[in-house]
Amino acid sequence: MIKFLIKGLWRDKSRSRLPIIVVTIGVTLTVLMHAYITGFMGDTIEMNARFTNGHIKVMSAAYAENMDQMPVDLALMNVEELITSLRDGYPETEWAARIKFGGLIDAPDSRGETRSQGPAIGFGIDLLSSQSRETQRLNLEKALRQGKMPSGPGEILLSDAFATKLKVAPGDTVTLIGSSMNGSMTMYNFIVAGTISFGVEIMDRGTIIADISDVRMALDMPDAAGEILGFMNTGFYDNTKALEIAGDFNRKYLTDTDEYDPVMKSLSQQGNMGQYVAMSEIWSMYVSLIFIFAMSLVLWNAGLLGGLRRYGEVGIRLAMGEEKGHVYRSMIWESVIIGLVGSVLGTALGIFFAWLIQTYGINISGMMRGASVMLPDTIRARISPPDFYIGFIPGLISTVLGTMLSGIGIYKRQTARLFKELEA
Amino acid sequence: MENKSIISISRLIKRFPMGKDEFTALRDISLTFTEGEFAGLIGPSGSGKTTLLNIIGSLDVPTEGEALVLGRSIGKLTTREAARLRKENIGFIFQSYNLLAVHTVYENVEFPLLLLNIPSAGRHKMVMDALEWVGLTDKVRSKPPQLSGGQCQRVAIARAMVKKPSLVLADEPTANLDADNSHHILQTMETLNRELKTTFIFATHDDKVISYLHRKIFLLDGRVDKDEIIRSNKR
Repeated sequence: MIKFLIKGLWRDKSRSRLPIIVVTIGVTLTVLMHAYITGFMGDTIEMNARFTNGHIKVMSAAYAENMDQMPVDLALMNVEELITSLRDGYPETEWAARIKFGGLIDAPDSRGETRSQGPAIGFGIDLLSSQSRETQRLNLEKALRQGKMPSGPGEILLSDAFATKLKVAPGDTVTLIGSSMNGSMTMYNFIVAGTISFGVEIMDRGTIIADISDVRMALDMPDAAGEILGFMNTGFYDNTKALEIAGDFNRKYLTDTDEYDPVMKSLSQQGNMGQYVAMSEIWSMYVSLIFIFAMSLVLWNAGLLGGLRRYGEVGIRLAMGEEKGHVYRSMIWESVIIGLVGSVLGTALGIFFAWLIQTYGINISGMMRGASVMLPDTIRARISPPDFYIGFIPGLISTVLGTMLSGIGIYKRQTARLFKELEA
Repeated sequence: MENKSIISISRLIKRFPMGKDEFTALRDISLTFTEGEFAGLIGPSGSGKTTLLNIIGSLDVPTEGEALVLGRSIGKLTTREAARLRKENIGFIFQSYNLLAVHTVYENVEFPLLLLNIPSAGRHKMVMDALEWVGLTDKVRSKPPQLSGGQCQRVAIARAMVKKPSLVLADEPTANLDADNSHHILQTMETLNRELKTTFIFATHDDKVISYLHRKIFLLDGRVDKDEIIRSNKR
């Protein structure tokens, strides 16, 4: 009997191949859209993590309160000791001290007088030590437009647009005019080693990147850092894990009495990133739900039409003594086969297309000019474990559900009308 | 030797709801059919012949009275028991053949045997025998769309006969056939009736069919108007 049903299924294109194609297309779109949304949201989250938020960040409680102002006077002290304890306590995370600061960059002429000036946001990061991964994390070598990477003390990188505006080139000297940790005015000379462009409008306006040792010297911050950023070894932000680590750290270190106590915040606890993380999860869910709903409607109709088209066949089977339950179950099994085949094919195709977008990306830099938020200029999909099963929800469940609902007609059908119906 | 009764209908009434009222399709029908009959229910549209055929075929139940088919009271059967009675004992032939278009002639005829879970080897012999009865052994691999109307109806007869049922019910089996094919089909059925002792009951108003019947039961407005035995089926 099974062989008989499979033969019928295989030979009747509108009963097998057409529904399989419909399911395959639907599942492909579902998987692709899920990977695309995950990639887009994930890229933005990762970019913010790498440049500003980390997956988790340690600051002084007072610094955390005023984080937007980059208050170097509220920086953490005894940073080396704190990093050592962080490495011991949370080995699944990589730690990097940074100093974020604001100031004025002055470009002198040949006589040493101001030729041009501009406000800058500075990043003091570990550029020079061999074990540091900060250069890769910020993708600096790829972002290099002119000159070279800093190779010794006193060398910095300027954003390319900023260097053009100041009319400075690699090898030129610029002066940072800012405020030290103690509140006094500070001036410190740097040599421009190279210029960089991140392709992110907000970062390319006026950025200076220097080695953290130089920044400590310039701002008088020995063994201090504004922030210690933590990056999960998996390479991806895990909100649950980040909240768990932050909670554990704060229980150990944070008191209500000292505003300089270190406090740890997950990426989602910083600024508007919490909303963004929640939004990315909700968007992914909405996209999946929309596709599940859309697929259900499509397959409902496909199932209904298929059922109507097979009205005669079902009628003759009932008349010949096949039980209603048997006819119904055989139709359900058919839809399970169609749903499975369509879901497997659709998942494979969806992952293939997602892989293409993950590998090559879609360049949207043209749309990002003037953007005031940090968004990637190339959107990439990201293939994640749910992509391997999410398509089965609409592909298999909706198909079977559609058939189950359309097949209820089998039970409602009156055998007394079969002769008349089969004469039609 | 007297043939045994296989259908016994007693004071059968069938009513259908029609809006707030009821329509009485069959009124006080009492009939008996014996094994090996070649009988027909004859009457104009609306006379109740298909309704009676439905009840005999366990596709419908009487409102009042009793219909005993092969010893089972149709009105008391569950849906499952009714399906089993049809599957094991009754063959159906329809006006529009109702073959499964994507399956071959062989597979169409084989289908009732699959429902009965008959093993493969026995099944093959039964299918080939049935196709031989209707003269279609050369068409086993053909599919219904490749056949003429007459050939399709012969496949339908083979499908109805393959399990050697006690009873075959045929509703206007020649309505879609020309005269030559109609006679060919009717001759085939008459031969099978004679050789296999299968009871055939037709619902028809076609003169060609009527001319072959051994018993003619005329229905009018849901009542038996006349019951003529043309030729006895005593053998």
